Amino acid sequence: MDKMDRALRELGQMDELAAGDSPVHRLSPWVKLLVTLGYIIAVVSFDKYALSGLLPLILYPLLVSQLSGVSLILGLRKLRLVLPLVLAVGIFNPFLDRAPLLYLGSLPVSGGVVSMLTLLLKGLLSLLASFLLVATTPIDSLCAGLRKLRVPQTMVTLLLLTYRYVGVMMEELAVMSRAYHLRAPGQKGIHYKAWGSFLGQLLLRSMDRAGELYASMRLRGFHGEFYYAPSRPCGGRDLAWLLLWLGAFALLRLVDLGALLGGLLRL
Amino acid sequence: MITLENVSFAYEPGRPVLDGISFHIAPGEAVGLIGANGAGKSTLMKVLLGLEKAEGRVMVGGEELTKESLPRVRRKLGFVLQNSDNQMFMPTVYEDMVFGPMNYGLSREEADRRVDAVLEKLGLEALKHRHNHRISGGEKRMAAIATVLAMEPEAVLMDEPTSALDPFNRRLVINTIRELGQTRVITSHDLDMILDTCSRVILLSGGRIAADGPTEEILRDKALLEAHRMELPLRWQG
Ligand SMILES: Nc1ncnc2c1ncn2[C@@H]1O[C@H](COP(=O)(O)OP(=O)(O)OP(=O)(O)O)[C@@H](O)[C@H]1O
Ligand SMILES: [Mg+2]
Repeated sequence: MDKMDRALRELGQMDELAAGDSPVHRLSPWVKLLVTLGYIIAVVSFDKYALSGLLPLILYPLLVSQLSGVSLILGLRKLRLVLPLVLAVGIFNPFLDRAPLLYLGSLPVSGGVVSMLTLLLKGLLSLLASFLLVATTPIDSLCAGLRKLRVPQTMVTLLLLTYRYVGVMMEELAVMSRAYHLRAPGQKGIHYKAWGSFLGQLLLRSMDRAGELYASMRLRGFHGEFYYAPSRPCGGRDLAWLLLWLGAFALLRLVDLGALLGGLLRL
Repeated sequence: MITLENVSFAYEPGRPVLDGISFHIAPGEAVGLIGANGAGKSTLMKVLLGLEKAEGRVMVGGEELTKESLPRVRRKLGFVLQNSDNQMFMPTVYEDMVFGPMNYGLSREEADRRVDAVLEKLGLEALKHRHNHRISGGEKRMAAIATVLAMEPEAVLMDEPTSALDPFNRRLVINTIRELGQTRVITSHDLDMILDTCSRVILLSGGRIAADGPTEEILRDKALLEAHRMELPLRWQG
């Protein structure tokens, strides 16, 4: 089905994005990991009403997107499946927390609305930062970076295999749904009576294939370490990137730049 | 190089897929493993690679296959899978090719040199930086063979190396196999290819060895082949 094919192509597209070349792509993967981690911690740790303090942190995804040539619009499109979840988490806040927190002109804005927007922004920024990390770092380099940060081998291997497994499963799904629809022309979706056997087959087939893939890795000497990921020595450029961003995040976290600017404007 | 002594294997108890297989393959020998669908060819390869644990003795390069010797034994063997989609798992052909050598401790420079040498030998330079999910089935098969050759194994096992190839690539694979100095074990339904690449044939049927001898002798034996659900090579048919 063309929907499946599109999903497959999107997964391949992430690999291709990550294989691109830009100043950001060239940074050492574990530095990018640390910066992304620092960013998410900074974003998440803001108070639930701290909308104004959060706003300047939008700079990070904007700048990284500029430097890497990976479009944020594309990121939003890829995140479209997860974003509603973030929305769903905050959606009830306006009903639960009605006390006015601030006034826009003479219009009272309740704490619930502010906290909903803050939550939304936190989710969006964290997701975008993760997207940019994955879009500028091949999965294998990412795993190598995780190993360098002392994440246990089993967890990293699991992550790598999950990533591959999802791809394999989607390929199988594409093949199977094509086979199904060739024999059920004009039918929308898959008839509910066939769901059970369809899912069972899908699981078995993708497990078989994933097993072969893993065997193929083991046959070529894979024991859970990532010797083969392109590992560039960590240079001054990487260190500068790390320190500058972590410094900026700390600063933005401690100083409410948004409110400060807002205050200046009001003067 | 490879010796099997009374090897038996079953996926499900009571339904043996391999039933008392014994043979010896000398270093440098090229052996064709033939048999109808379901005869147990792929299973036999999995047993040789230690992917399935069988009864009996498997010796590779003078060493018995056990849990302890498994990493050393595997290092001597290169395996081209029946389905290349399951063989290629890195984003690009190049990364797939350096995967094995670097896992075995080669430096990136050495690995790069090997990759370039193999690609040149097979005339596949254009594939080097292509993405695995963007190349055709035949190109993927060629790339899979290249990844295995880049590991410079002592013996090469190939499961259906010419299926899904166009005549040009099929010929290329045949010539490549012929020129290899390593021990080779090749399964195929393409008996003309076996005829061109192997000096000896082992015929599997119902989990047993139905015949083992010089290629010409076995592949000319119409009665024998037909008794085991096979036909003469195309070039010898009417
Ligand atoms: N994972 C498995 N579980 C159970 N039975 C299996 C499994 N894999 C293969 N078999 C069975 O074992 C037998 C031998 O299979 P095998 O794949 O070795 O045959 P083959 O000679 O390679 O056939 P082909 O020419 O079709 O590739 C078949 O009857 C098959 O159904
Ligand atoms: Mg087979």
